[in-house]
Order: sequence, then structure tokens, then C-alpha cells
Amino acid sequence: MQKALTLYDTTIGKKAVLAVTGIVLFGFVIAHMLGNLQVFLGPEQLNGYAKKLHDLGPLLWAARGVLLLSVIAHIVVAIQLVSRSTAARAVGYRLQKSAITSYAARTMKISGPLLALFIVYHLAHFTAPGVPMGSYEHSRTDVYANVVSAFSIPWVSGVYIVAQLLLGFHLYHGAWSLLQTLGLSHPRYDGKLRTVAQTIAMVVVFGNLSMPIAVLAGVVK
Amino acid sequence: MAKTMKLTLNIWRQKGGTDPGRFERHELSDVSEHMSFLEMLDVLNEKLLAEGKDPVAFDHDCREGICGMCGMVINGRPHGPQEATTTCQLHMRQFHDGDEITIEPWRATAFPVIKDLVVNRGAFDRIIQAGGYISVRTGAARDANEIPVPKPDADLAMDAAQCIGCGACVAACPNASANLFVAAKLAHLSLLPQGQPERYDRVRKMVAQMDAEGFGHCTNHYECMAACPKEIDVEFIAKMNRDMLKAMVGERDEVASRKK
Repeated sequence: MQKALTLYDTTIGKKAVLAVTGIVLFGFVIAHMLGNLQVFLGPEQLNGYAKKLHDLGPLLWAARGVLLLSVIAHIVVAIQLVSRSTAARAVGYRLQKSAITSYAARTMKISGPLLALFIVYHLAHFTAPGVPMGSYEHSRTDVYANVVSAFSIPWVSGVYIVAQLLLGFHLYHGAWSLLQTLGLSHPRYDGKLRTVAQTIAMVVVFGNLSMPIAVLAGVVK
Repeated sequence: MAKTMKLTLNIWRQKGGTDPGRFERHELSDVSEHMSFLEMLDVLNEKLLAEGKDPVAFDHDCREGICGMCGMVINGRPHGPQEATTTCQLHMRQFHDGDEITIEPWRATAFPVIKDLVVNRGAFDRIIQAGGYISVRTGAARDANEIPVPKPDADLAMDAAQCIGCGACVAACPNASANLFVAAKLAHLSLLPQGQPERYDRVRKMVAQMDAEGFGHCTNHYECMAACPKEIDVEFIAKMNRDMLKAMVGERDEVASRKK
């Protein structure tokens, strides 16, 4: 008797894993932006929000656990699928012209790894203590001061701005693409859903971009 | 008087599976704009034969755009620059005097080159053999409306059934994925009453075979839909994904049972 096929064994199942973990990470990115935007409401608000988050204790760690698992699954499945598709066309074309694909779609496998690198840098920068990331003293409690000191360094802001643009492209494709992958798209509302998903992706990017730019411009100090 | 043109052709030549292959350059003059692309290659082959050289091997059969045998990547596009057109129905009036045309076979590990521009599409046949049919005899033609089928479903099933299995979707896909082909072959059955009993078993079997053949996965570029000579829509891929997820999560299969 043959072994029952599991969803994870199939390319469609693996893509579903990519889509579902993508939804989790998409949700996180939105929440993360909303949390961070409180920098515009002043130091008390942002530092208070940070303290509230930390006071959640086990809940916070549960959320972090889900995020960590999602990131790992997202990356593992992506690597498996990309290596599969590389093998699926061992000999390439001399000339290949694309007709309707987008820049964002074609660069998913480049924006993905670069974003992974950025996440490592970002965690080391703002979360891990004692990692020297600039010429200022990193505080464990004054998040607001950290944001301002960090983004006052032009190259640090530069890294964040480039990373947000990459994130924008990644979300731009991922946001509507996951609906197709999960079989949720339909010609009747495909166009609208696509627009909504891409609008949310752009809101996230512009929201995130506003912070380093505001610090550099001296609006937040 | 038909216009004629002079062309430079860069054609992929490969003796067989073990030959690494190479591009060969040919000049061809007096090509009529009324020729089909395959007739242009026929003229080239007549010339090669007269010179005592090996003609270029390419697949073709009906030359009416309905059999799915022909297909080559012409200047980077499967079946060439014209939309919704097979290679045999592509005419030289789509090109200009002095053009350089690059001609390559479908590139996919699951479609090994047999010779020159001919690839082995047996992988598609094996996917169909895995479940792309209904197992019961349907008998003679039924009376009309004996089995009611909603008109939109009938139309959509016919849209899916237009697939001629040429493989342009695989050739166009950046991942050499066969999702559009498999999705079309699933949808033309799953949209009709006769396709229902084996619907979820079918999607499991055909998707498993598609993966076993070594095709890539779908990353929603929709290049397949743009290249398809029959304009098969990617909505069928969403339908396949929906059925597959449902099959794997909620439907029983032959081997799923509680361990005793």
C-alpha cells in the first residue's frame, strides 16, 4: 500500500505554507509599523508602548515563537522550492522575454534573502544589547532616543530605507499572490483584491519609510 | 506580389539527449511574408538537404493550430510574438526584412530534447494517465439536458478543454512549471457532473505526478497565460490550488484510514 501523500510533499502544499506564513509575517509587519509610528506621538507614548509590550511576558514570547516558526518555515520552504525550480530548467534560454510578469515577482528570490539579512541586522541593531551599531549608547528603556540616535546616522537610515523598498516589492507581489496560491482569487473580485493587497503593502512601506526620513529631516528629534 | 525578406536564423541544433548542443547560424533569403513559420523552416530544410546537410528537426502535425504538436521559442517567446497563436499559425508577415530570429526548443528538465527543436513531452501524457480522465463509461450521447449543466460551467469547462497540451506554458514559466496545463486538464472535468466522483482523487494524483516529473512550482508570474495559444486562464490554477488544498485537508483518499 502506498504511503498517503501529505500536503507538505507537494509543490502546491509547500506554496500554501509559504502563503500562510506570509500572512502571519504580513500581519506582523502591519502591527510593527503601527507600533513604531507612535514615535510621532513623542517619547512618552513610544516608550510606554514598548514597556507595555515587554510587560506582556509569556504572551510576548508566544507571539515571538509564532513569528520565529513562520520565518523559519517561510525560508526553508522558499529554499526548497527555488532549488526545485532551478533544477526544473537546468538548461536555460539564450533569449527569454517576459510578457506580463512584474519586477516585484521576478525579484522575489532576491528581495527575500536580502530581507532576511536585514532582519538579522535590524534585530542586532535595536533588540540585541551591546552590539555596537553607531556612535551612541544604546538604551534598554528609552526606545525613542534609540530611534532618533540611530536614524540620525545617514548610512543607518540608508540601510533602512533600502530595506523598506525591498520589503515593498516583496509585499507587493506576495500580498495578492498568496490569494492565488491559496485558491482564494476569482476573476469576479481578483482585480479589486489585488488593488487592496497592494495598497496595504504600499501603506506599510511608506509608513516605515516616514520614520528614518522624519529623523533625518529633523521633524522627530 | 508578396513581399519577400531576408532573414538570419540562430537555430538550436542538438543531435540527441547526450549532445550538449549549440546554436547554428543560417541565412535565408526570398522568404515570402505569406509563409507560415513552419513553411519558412521547410524552405530552410530543403536548402540544407540540397547542400547535403542534416535538416532541422521540429515537431508538427495538423498545421491548423489545434493539435499541439508544434512549438518552439521564437525570439524569447513560446510560439513567437503573436498572441493566441501556435507556431504553425504564425506567419512571416510578423517579421521584417533583415530580422535576426533566435529559435530554441522548450527548455525544461521534464521535457528532454530528442533532437534540435523536438522535445519529449511524455511527462504530460503521464500526468493525464495518473488521473486526467473519468473511469466510468459514459455510453452513447445523452439526450440534451438529461444531465443539467449550468451554462457558465459548460462555457468554462470548454475554455479549459481548449488546452492542446503543447507545453508553451512550461516553456514560458520562469520555473518551468506545468501548473497551467494540469489546472486546465483538471478543470475541464471538475466543472462538469461526470467529473465529480473522482474530483479530489484526481487532483491528488495529477499533482503528485506533476511533481514527480520534475516541473517547477508556480510563483504567479502568469507568463503561462500570456504564452498560451489557447488563452487558458490562470483562474484554473486558483481552482486547482483550491481543490488540492481541500483534497488534502478535508477529503478522504483511498489510503487514508485510522491506524488499527
